[in-house]
Amino acid sequence: MRLLPRFRVWSGILGVVACAGVATAADQPIKVGLMLPATGTYASLGTAIENGFRLYLEQQGGKLAGRSVQVVTIDDESSPARATDNINRLIRRDKVDAVVGTVHSGVAMAMVRVAKATDTLLIIPNAGAAAFTGTMCAPNVFRTSFTNWQPAYAMGVAAAQRGAKTAVTISWRYASGEESANGFKEGFEKHGGQVVDQLYLPFPNVEFQPLITRIASIKPDATYAFFAGGGAVKFVNDYVAAGLKQTISLYSPGFLTEGTLQGQGQAAQGLYSVMHYADGLDTPKDNAFRAAYQQAFGEVPDVYAVQGYDAAQLLAAGLEAVHGDVSRKTEMYAAMSSAVIDSPRGPFTLSHANNPIQAMYLREVDGMQNKFIGVAMPALEDPAVGCRM
Amino acid sequence: MDITALLVQALNALQYGLLLFLLAAGLTLIFGIMNVINLAHGSFYMIGAYMAFGLSPVVQSAFGGGFFMTLAIGLVLAVILGYLLEWLFFSYLYERDHLQQVLMTYGLILVFEEVRSILLGDDAHGVPAPEILSGVIPLGDLMTYPVYRLFVSGLCLLLAVVMFWVLNRTRLGMMIRAGSTNREMVQSLGIDIKVLYRLVFAAGVALAVLAGMVAAPVSSVYPGMGNQILIICFVVVVIGGIGSIKGAFVAALLIGAVETFGQTMLPQFAGMLVYLLMAVVLLIKPNGLFRTV
Repeated sequence: MRLLPRFRVWSGILGVVACAGVATAADQPIKVGLMLPATGTYASLGTAIENGFRLYLEQQGGKLAGRSVQVVTIDDESSPARATDNINRLIRRDKVDAVVGTVHSGVAMAMVRVAKATDTLLIIPNAGAAAFTGTMCAPNVFRTSFTNWQPAYAMGVAAAQRGAKTAVTISWRYASGEESANGFKEGFEKHGGQVVDQLYLPFPNVEFQPLITRIASIKPDATYAFFAGGGAVKFVNDYVAAGLKQTISLYSPGFLTEGTLQGQGQAAQGLYSVMHYADGLDTPKDNAFRAAYQQAFGEVPDVYAVQGYDAAQLLAAGLEAVHGDVSRKTEMYAAMSSAVIDSPRGPFTLSHANNPIQAMYLREVDGMQNKFIGVAMPALEDPAVGCRM
Repeated sequence: MDITALLVQALNALQYGLLLFLLAAGLTLIFGIMNVINLAHGSFYMIGAYMAFGLSPVVQSAFGGGFFMTLAIGLVLAVILGYLLEWLFFSYLYERDHLQQVLMTYGLILVFEEVRSILLGDDAHGVPAPEILSGVIPLGDLMTYPVYRLFVSGLCLLLAVVMFWVLNRTRLGMMIRAGSTNREMVQSLGIDIKVLYRLVFAAGVALAVLAGMVAAPVSSVYPGMGNQILIICFVVVVIGGIGSIKGAFVAALLIGAVETFGQTMLPQFAGMLVYLLMAVVLLIKPNGLFRTV
């Protein structure tokens, strides 16, 4: 048992050094861990988020609240199995002061658990599962993207207002798909519509033809579809090939036509969707953001880039409130919670569960863009079911 | 469900089953005759789909040809690819145990996916159906059925007949069947079994690539599409009996029907119905429906 006193001595010395360190804290960089997918299906989303995050940093001269920021990245491979190890590596080995991530909700689930256990600041720049700002909500867990419920609910309201009386929802059978389909149902039925059937197929099955035939035999006024990536391309193409586009309106929460327009081509033209960002918002803030992003990375930013950019803005708001002293956690979290983020999507605040209260835009596919055509719902707040905070 | 909807669903089941057959036929040939578990078979499907996407602009500018010219050129490339792969890799696998085969063919999946990522990127793409087949047939009062899907079904049926005829009615087919039963005996009779195997392998690859190319306009083109369909192909091969073309045909149609009607009638269990079917078949016939070897 000689270890114990020796440890005490060392920690005493460290304590002295730490006290002396306060004076020089301004010279030490703040470490931020970016845990995003760099490979796999979601690689392009991860890149866009990281680009957005770095763009804001660069615009601030690489410093937030007067302290330089060091970014540590790790590829989460969208693998829930490795998620706990990966975030622990950032927190324990790299000793980061904050973590930003990720895209996949299964991975984010593990990240939220570890962040809560270690009281590490976590900013989620995409994953939309309700739980993170619902049953699992915590003062140190923030989100700059959306909950699955938000665009779904707004789309339901907009679909009813556009005259649809009956609708069918279709999605993969997994948490996000069900949250989205139920969100649509809630919004649609509150405004006089009726969801006559909810169709699901196993993830990631893309044999849509039987269910599309089923939709044709039900003959609803509208179809609400939640798919992404390759599945979204195939679904839209199949739906149009079946001749349903003209007779049964196809609505989606935006992901159906986000980053997939190249593959859908003519088929997607004129489709309506709802999301918290759109092409052609034409506000000074958004125009400046798009120009800067285009110049830095040579491509048009998408919603994921915006979410990454805002993650950096939110972090900055917290750091500025405590003048860069990350040990004053309670104050920092409080400042972030009450911050107004001047996002390219339009300014937003956070709910008591730390999820954006934001406008939902109605968009129409025009060429290779999801063009803004109106506000579906201003300042929509997620109900944050189960959050006791 | 009314009678029209039922008929349309039957058509869907048939079309899905036939495409599955085209893909599984190559797998069962390579598995049954050469005794190689080829996990990379799904990658050939993916390569085919990306060929339909990536080759068509090249073919357009070089030959001015359309979809069918691309199909023909893709097939030639597929045969060459299959021939080279057999010569460089698979010919060393026949005597090895299955674990080594799985390891190497899994490695090939990673290589193919990475090459695809470097050459054509990670985006999902759509491929337009050829002009003359882009029409639709009205079904019922609301729905239409793309002519192209009918063309795919017809092509698959034709190929099934051709394969059946070659294997059972020609001298080449006789040699292939004999080679699968007793490799040494066939060799001692003066037939070059190595060349024979190389041809069979190239044909198997060509079938998978062809399936990918004709499926591209209906299924779209995206990363990892091969791995997704590989599992269901193995189910077809196992249900049908390893090495049996007839078995693959029956099993593919069976699975097409179970998936299609399962999704609409028992959506809660759609994900497991196919595997339930496999379990039941294996309980009754442990070697599959038509095991020949």
